[in-house]
Amino acid sequence: MASKKFNYKSLARGLISIALFIVLWEIGSRSKQWLGADICSPLRGVLAALGFKTAYLPWVGAVPAPTEVVRAWAGVVTDLGYWHSWYMSSSRVAAGFIAAMLIGIPFGLLMAVNRTAYGMGFPVFEVLRPIPPLAWVPASIIFWPTQEMSIAFVTFLGAFYTIVINVVGGARSIDGRFFQAAESMGSSKADIFRRIILPGTLPSIVVGSAVGMGITWEVVVAAEMISGGGSQVGGTGGGGLGFFIWNSYVGGSYEQIVVGMISIGIAGFISSELLRGLGKYVTPWLRLR
Amino acid sequence: MSAQTTRGAIRIDDVVKIYDPEGAAVMAVDHCSLDIEAGEICMIVGPSGCGKTTLLNAIAGFHEITSGRITLDGEVLCSTEKPKAEPGSDRIVVFQNGALFPWKSNLENVAFGPMMAGKLTKAEVKEKALSMMADAGLAGVEHNYPGEVSSGVRRRVEIVRALMNDPKVLLLDEPYRALDSLTKSVMHEALLEIYYKNKVTIFFITHDLEEAIFLGHKVAIMTSRPCKPKKVLTVDIPHPRDYGVLTSKRFRELIEETSDAVHEEAIKAFKAGEKEG
Repeated sequence: MASKKFNYKSLARGLISIALFIVLWEIGSRSKQWLGADICSPLRGVLAALGFKTAYLPWVGAVPAPTEVVRAWAGVVTDLGYWHSWYMSSSRVAAGFIAAMLIGIPFGLLMAVNRTAYGMGFPVFEVLRPIPPLAWVPASIIFWPTQEMSIAFVTFLGAFYTIVINVVGGARSIDGRFFQAAESMGSSKADIFRRIILPGTLPSIVVGSAVGMGITWEVVVAAEMISGGGSQVGGTGGGGLGFFIWNSYVGGSYEQIVVGMISIGIAGFISSELLRGLGKYVTPWLRLR
Repeated sequence: MSAQTTRGAIRIDDVVKIYDPEGAAVMAVDHCSLDIEAGEICMIVGPSGCGKTTLLNAIAGFHEITSGRITLDGEVLCSTEKPKAEPGSDRIVVFQNGALFPWKSNLENVAFGPMMAGKLTKAEVKEKALSMMADAGLAGVEHNYPGEVSSGVRRRVEIVRALMNDPKVLLLDEPYRALDSLTKSVMHEALLEIYYKNKVTIFFITHDLEEAIFLGHKVAIMTSRPCKPKKVLTVDIPHPRDYGVLTSKRFRELIEETSDAVHEEAIKAFKAGEKEG
């Protein structure tokens, strides 16, 4: 019953890990300025002696240093276009994700409890599932009337398959004894669905959603890059964070590329944490294991 | 001790169960007949995998029988003509590894049967559940989830959940198998205590002879696959019993009388297992 105390040690470890990463990145990026040669040059020398062409080796000095990134960031936080990118990507993720939940959970449950639905639905599902969501981009641009819809659709696909697979698997792996016990105690079919299948599948729904959310962010960014952001080319507004990155690359602002990347990292982290909290709330019996 | 109980008499009459998965017929139960009186604790002893659980599943209505007949208080549960009994709240199973719903609190688990039956109001169900849990020494864990309490407590909660349905028969499938021997001894006395308060027929499967003789009015030692009674023993140690019985002379004598029969079947089962493997 002991509720977990906040773990300061693990928080400290996490902060140190991030700090160390930033410091190493800064050193790597600035070493040429400071030392006249970047710190990787001895290693590059060894590799060159082994016959590698140095021109083909990556160089950490080409990456903007964290301090430059922070400076670039400070430049865009006051820019409404940057925040609009956040808003656009987030709303696309939300739309696709919520649609995937609303369609995927009932669809998965139906396939899990009804043999006919499983027989009819699963083959089609399994044929479509291996197609990467990004392969749908051109077709969906043609199919959907607006570009906004096509991006949301591709995002939806990213989460949909994972959620359905988890729901079907979760519902099917519920212990048979629970059904026998419920049946003995006079449960109707509807009771069994509501009191056994739904709560029994909930942990898998939570897991499927968390994984699906991660895929959603991957997909939305790529879809925004490919589709040109769904709005005016050249501006950062309306394009979402994926387009923000692409636009920064085209415009030669390498610091902003990293700003966009980290922004997506933060956005993904926030949505995972929100889902995790929600998941814990709806499955309280798993919390105290 | 069971004189006042008039319901829950089970008659198993010439029951045969043949599993036929791929044409290779395997006889699990072979012309098995057994009478269990109303309110009696009947212990079914046999090595693991001998077909005892098949018998329990037939009574509970989880599986079909091939032929024969099982009646409860004269009413046919299943027979050659109607091979599968309807599962019902007059026969409740307490499963080997437990089947408490992990997503419901202990109290909600205990209240599940009456809630489904819908004969009592929510408040009445809750009151009954709380008082039965208190009676069984379960005060204090009502609002915990099953995952939060020890396996001994879980097993007791499950027995109370079964009794809440006011069953005629309690079907226990090696409920204490996974418990350590100290917990087991506590559980035995707790079960008897619950039994003395709620006289129901108990059909108890085990492979532990001492457990069988300590708890049972009647001990049926089963042959190993196909399963049928090899020896049925009436335990003439009076109820109520407590742990003193274990060291009594009569208890030791009964163990001696029966242990050869059990051992023989265990060897048979072991050899059969070797053959299959």
